[in-house]
Amino acid sequence: MTTKSKKHGNVLLKMRDIWIEGFADEKWNRIIRGMDLTLHRGEVLGLIGESGAGKSTLGLAAMGFTQPGCRITQGSIDFDGIELTEISEGMLRSLWGTRMTYVAQSAAVSFNPAHRLIDQTTRSAIRARVMGEKQAKDDARELYSTLQLPDPDNIGDRYPHQVSGGQLQRCMTAMAMSPRPDLIIFDEPTTALDVTTQVEVLAAMRKIVDEFNTAAIYITHDLAVVAQMADNIKVMRYGREIEESATRKMLSHPEMEYTKSLWSVRSLSKEEEKGKDAILDICGVDAAYGANKVLHDINISVPRGKTVSLVGESGSGKSTTARVVTGLLPLTSGEVLFEGEALPPKLSDRSKEQKRRIQKIYQMADTAMNPRQTVGEIIGRPLEFYLGHTGRKQEARVIEYLEMIELDESFFDRLPSELSGGQKQRICIARALAANPDLIICDEVTSALDQIVQEGILKLLMRLQRELGITYIFITHDISTVRAISDEVVVMFEGQVVEQGLKSEIFSPPHPDYTQLLLSSVPEMDPDWLDNHMASRRSG
Amino acid sequence: MHPVVKTVLHRLALGVVTLFVVSVVIFTAVQLLPGDFGEAVLGQAATEETKAAFRRELGLDKPAVLRYFDWLGGVLTGDFGTSFSGRAASGVDRSREVADLIAPRLWNTLFLACYAAVIAVPLALIMGITTALWRNSIYDGVANASALTTISFPEFFVAYILILLLASLNPVFPSLANVDSSISFWDRVYTLALPALTLTLVIVAHMMRMTRAAIINLLASPYIQMARLSGAPPREVILKHALPNAWAPIATVIAFNLAYLVVGVVVVEVVFVYPGVGQLMVDAVTSRDIPVVQACAMIFAATYIMLNLIADIIGIVTNPRLLHPR
Repeated sequence: MTTKSKKHGNVLLKMRDIWIEGFADEKWNRIIRGMDLTLHRGEVLGLIGESGAGKSTLGLAAMGFTQPGCRITQGSIDFDGIELTEISEGMLRSLWGTRMTYVAQSAAVSFNPAHRLIDQTTRSAIRARVMGEKQAKDDARELYSTLQLPDPDNIGDRYPHQVSGGQLQRCMTAMAMSPRPDLIIFDEPTTALDVTTQVEVLAAMRKIVDEFNTAAIYITHDLAVVAQMADNIKVMRYGREIEESATRKMLSHPEMEYTKSLWSVRSLSKEEEKGKDAILDICGVDAAYGANKVLHDINISVPRGKTVSLVGESGSGKSTTARVVTGLLPLTSGEVLFEGEALPPKLSDRSKEQKRRIQKIYQMADTAMNPRQTVGEIIGRPLEFYLGHTGRKQEARVIEYLEMIELDESFFDRLPSELSGGQKQRICIARALAANPDLIICDEVTSALDQIVQEGILKLLMRLQRELGITYIFITHDISTVRAISDEVVVMFEGQVVEQGLKSEIFSPPHPDYTQLLLSSVPEMDPDWLDNHMASRRSG
Repeated sequence: MHPVVKTVLHRLALGVVTLFVVSVVIFTAVQLLPGDFGEAVLGQAATEETKAAFRRELGLDKPAVLRYFDWLGGVLTGDFGTSFSGRAASGVDRSREVADLIAPRLWNTLFLACYAAVIAVPLALIMGITTALWRNSIYDGVANASALTTISFPEFFVAYILILLLASLNPVFPSLANVDSSISFWDRVYTLALPALTLTLVIVAHMMRMTRAAIINLLASPYIQMARLSGAPPREVILKHALPNAWAPIATVIAFNLAYLVVGVVVVEVVFVYPGVGQLMVDAVTSRDIPVVQACAMIFAATYIMLNLIADIIGIVTNPRLLHPR
């Protein structure tokens, strides 16, 4: 029943010695450097690597497609006997949407907002005359039903903005399956989804690929996800292949150092400690955006010098809680106590000292920094504003902070655009540290980063806590990060606190229903996990 | 109530408010015009008594606020007042109702505007869509360059060139467009060919380039890449996937240009000696004929507001998020 046991047919796709270049910064840069790829009928191949590894570029090249500004300079792509690099765009188009289809990362922006879902689902099949209109629409409704979309007979009459992200992603899978292609490219299809939604979408995609024995290339940076989907895994870095082998073997015995390092990220851990006195108490807080009440009676206690993680799906009120604590969103009732003293709800009513002691780090380091200021100015600003350091003294302090975040003084005059994603986030950390705060709120600070970079940032945060005794409120939807760094955990759902406790308490049964669902939805590095999970869900 | 109806009503109400504010601005601005109408008509030699009597007849002796509300009340009931020129105090009462003065001129202006729009809007849309479809081709280059050329010249220059080419060197169309109400529809169309052509050349470039830009702007969207990857040929990508999402900016720029056709064509009117509202207003300003100036300004303001309102509404009803709420 699982993909792992099925027999694969003959070779469907053979890519040999592919070189692809992209035009950026006034020159052609190599994106793919001599990759080979072989895919059999009915096989699912996982393509995995960090961002910038060239996964998507290679996946699109498998369809003979290159993004605007890219070109295939060398190599052959043989799709079922057709050499894709030699045929015309018109010939390629006759394959696209019929024999090979594509599932994009973010269904929310990949569906045309102006058309109904069912029209978009069936358009390729109807255009290519694979089926008549009525037949295609009936078939689409059946696919919706197979993918367990609610109200499959009518959901297609809706517009993209009228259904949820997870439902859209399943609709897109239906769209890809509608013409019964030989090959589907899944390009990070679940990355934008919450874990609880991700499980359902994964199961639906697996089911449909199994059912029609379609070959697929599954692109992702998430190991646990690819373990559920793929028969074979290919690891990529800098446009080159690192290694490829069967999923089970790859998970248990990766050969190359780089692959091992990818695997090892999840081993980061920290002993939990119970805190003594609370530095911050959120007592019975309600908050609202306009008339829309989003926080209901939130009670959270944050012990001094410890890490409290807020977890939950998007829309559960994690970030809103942070906005209330910082005063960006004034609470409507309840109070926030900082060292036993109530903070004024509005930021503008708080004293400079109160502002200084609570700092925040954001998810998108890119947008949290002024692109025209140098690193020295960015870190120097809180030094001057809160502590009055100027001139030489400020410069010396900035360099101290640069060293503290494991960078050196050569970064002083750089602009944010000259930094990597991980370095940018480090600068944001230094900026928060420069105010010499007691509490730092980290809002999804590692979500936009690759696994290895994430590990570096998390280690840095943990070291700073040990050395400086800073308290963290750590907001994330990533359970493995929570396991790695928390002392206490707060689970949130729909603007309410489900439970708060020490990490060991929260992660060991018995759980409230929602915590159970959330924890069990996190994919594990076990190829059988999805089957077992879905089986236990059905029986439960 | 459907949210679209609600939004449209909301916009309508805003339009009315804007028009009210504009009426205040117009009235104030006209008050600020230098010089005195009495003196302008009666000459500097007129005695103080004559001037005072004249002012009394025109109601200019009343305070400005009172006059404003008199005027506003009139406008609201469709009465724009009586023209200042040809009043009794200047000898014989030959004055005319402002509405009677403006009506035939307005009809002329609207006719010419519609004439130009009927040619220009479809032409601009077709050129915009085709240049987006065959972007960076020779056709695209030629279309863009020629559109830019025509928009770069002042309109009177374009008008004179057209007269030179199509009325003087090759006498195809008449160079004067002095029509009156007796002329038949098709004769009117023939007589107005050159002014309409001039206006078309002046406004096509703007609309065409905006259409092209609005469509090309969307071509980088993920759903356009998705459409291409589902095998859609370029024609389908542009017409079915990009265009439906591009109507809002296109409608805005079309509304802007249509408003120009009603409001800003005085230069073209002068070149072709065409009796439109623009000329009337310029004459009225020169002779300090305040009721006519105010009425023309109100008509122009209302045109702008109405056309922009329509563009807004098009933007709303072509947005499925607003048309089909969750």
